[in-house]
Amino acid sequence: MSDALLSLKGVNTHIGRYHILHGVDFEVPRGAVSMLLGRNGAGKTTTLRTIMGLWRASAGQIMFDGEDITRLSTPEIAQRGIAYVPESMGIFADLTVRENMLLAARKGTIDDTRLGWIFKLFPAMRRFWSLPAGQLSGGQKQMLAVSRAIIEPRKLLLIDEPSKGLAPAIIANMISAFAELKQTETTILLVEQNFNFARQLGDSVAVMDDGRIVHGGAMAALAADASLQQQLLGLSLSAHQ
Amino acid sequence: MSVTAQIDETAPPPKPRIDMLPLAIIPVLALVAIPLVGNLPGWINLTVAGLAMGMMIFIMASGLTLVFGLMDVLNFGHGAFISVGAYVAATVLVPMAGLTQSDSFLMNLVALLPAIAAAMLISGGLGLAFERVIVRPVYGQHLKQILVTMGGLVVAEQAIRAIWGPEQLNVPRPTSLRGAFLFGDVAIEKYRVFAVVVGGLVFFAMMLVLNRTKIGLLIRAGVENSEMVESLGYRIRRLFIGVFAVGSALAGLGGAMWGLYQETVTAATGAQMMVLIFIVIIIGGLGSVGGCFIGALLVGLVANYVGFLAPKLALGSNILLMVIILLWRPRGLYPVANR
Repeated sequence: MSDALLSLKGVNTHIGRYHILHGVDFEVPRGAVSMLLGRNGAGKTTTLRTIMGLWRASAGQIMFDGEDITRLSTPEIAQRGIAYVPESMGIFADLTVRENMLLAARKGTIDDTRLGWIFKLFPAMRRFWSLPAGQLSGGQKQMLAVSRAIIEPRKLLLIDEPSKGLAPAIIANMISAFAELKQTETTILLVEQNFNFARQLGDSVAVMDDGRIVHGGAMAALAADASLQQQLLGLSLSAHQ
Repeated sequence: MSVTAQIDETAPPPKPRIDMLPLAIIPVLALVAIPLVGNLPGWINLTVAGLAMGMMIFIMASGLTLVFGLMDVLNFGHGAFISVGAYVAATVLVPMAGLTQSDSFLMNLVALLPAIAAAMLISGGLGLAFERVIVRPVYGQHLKQILVTMGGLVVAEQAIRAIWGPEQLNVPRPTSLRGAFLFGDVAIEKYRVFAVVVGGLVFFAMMLVLNRTKIGLLIRAGVENSEMVESLGYRIRRLFIGVFAVGSALAGLGGAMWGLYQETVTAATGAQMMVLIFIVIIIGGLGSVGGCFIGALLVGLVANYVGFLAPKLALGSNILLMVIILLWRPRGLYPVANR
């Protein structure tokens, strides 16, 4: 029996009259970091949004922790223990950092020990605690978006392009933070375009193209195979180093 | 390891930037009006009248701006709740003539409180039905929303005529709220002071709820990004229904107060107020309660100053105000982030 926390079987998604996902099949192993890679427009973001119920799957099945969540509403899916960090980060700019975190803490209070751990991970969050989130820099907003997702233990984190638009120094530190998060055995599904970022964090990888999964396997295998990278992603790892 | 790049741990935390400029417009406008009006008692009278009018418009408009902010719903039927509020208040007050005509403020209050409560309850209930029957089928479809909610307004107006008759209805104002406070040459209408106090209390209560409660936090977040609120596990639809009902109840309160101010109401009162209400929520920034408050006070003051100084311009003065503000700040005085 597979130890997949999340599995997608033949998932199709239509947005209006456009058919975006064409039978997506893949699994996210429990306690691992899985990377979803692919070119622009391959369907990665649509996949995450379909998992979250933000776009409805027109066919196929999404199983999470043994339960069929395909027809559940977004709040019900979130309540099952899935946290989502969208590409736009989704922070509430008019709310303070504290209010953003408080909103994500569904219990209504923030656990002090957990908050201390987050402050250790992202010290900027302590410093800007009372500042409206709209006044943070791009990197700090991304830290807030991730902090908000982990303010309470979640079974699965869905994170869409956390390195997008960030300075290299911030990306390097974000990788460190995710590496630490990985030590807690949180299951993470990360969408990335930055292959170097993906290579350093991923245990497994799925590559999408034209709304389909065209490759799945261990990240180490893809990282070691420049020709496969070239074939799947149109680049080689050396281009990203 | 932690994300520490580019963060100076020793530096003091930055102070939140507060945009005070829109707030300053109100006192500046009032000061500019002093020499134009020419006499202090007249200026005080106009200013209090403007603030009272602004507060009543704010009460009517605050719910609508949140409804738009939360669910992108353009509710042109909001005026129905205003009219219904005024009619219900009148219906409750008329049989209590003994209490409303009493010289005792307490007795007046005994009549006024149930009238206002009934206006809010009936308008709120009507709002719930309106959302369920008229608004819900057209979520996300602006053109249909305009057509359907305007249709709802027409139906509500006709229903009011069917229930209360086609003639205008008198709204008896309690004795304690008649007359004026006299300070030397200055006479300030008691009802205007009452309106300013009620409007201030409503604003204070709304800010308290929005800034100090979890529900308020959810509303503020939902106005910015409702999809993200859902992704955090909250049912924004339920929140919206609640806001819609409270917004309708506030419109009913505003209608009752406007009716008491005018001492008369017609089925079209709400529809007539909608022009000013839309100007207020556009000036304030769609979805912003603080902006709506400032916008309403500006509209009230401008209407009164211009009505006195150049009566022929009074009708267009608020449109002109909206144009000027939008040229300065195209998204309104206090735009909601991410909208």
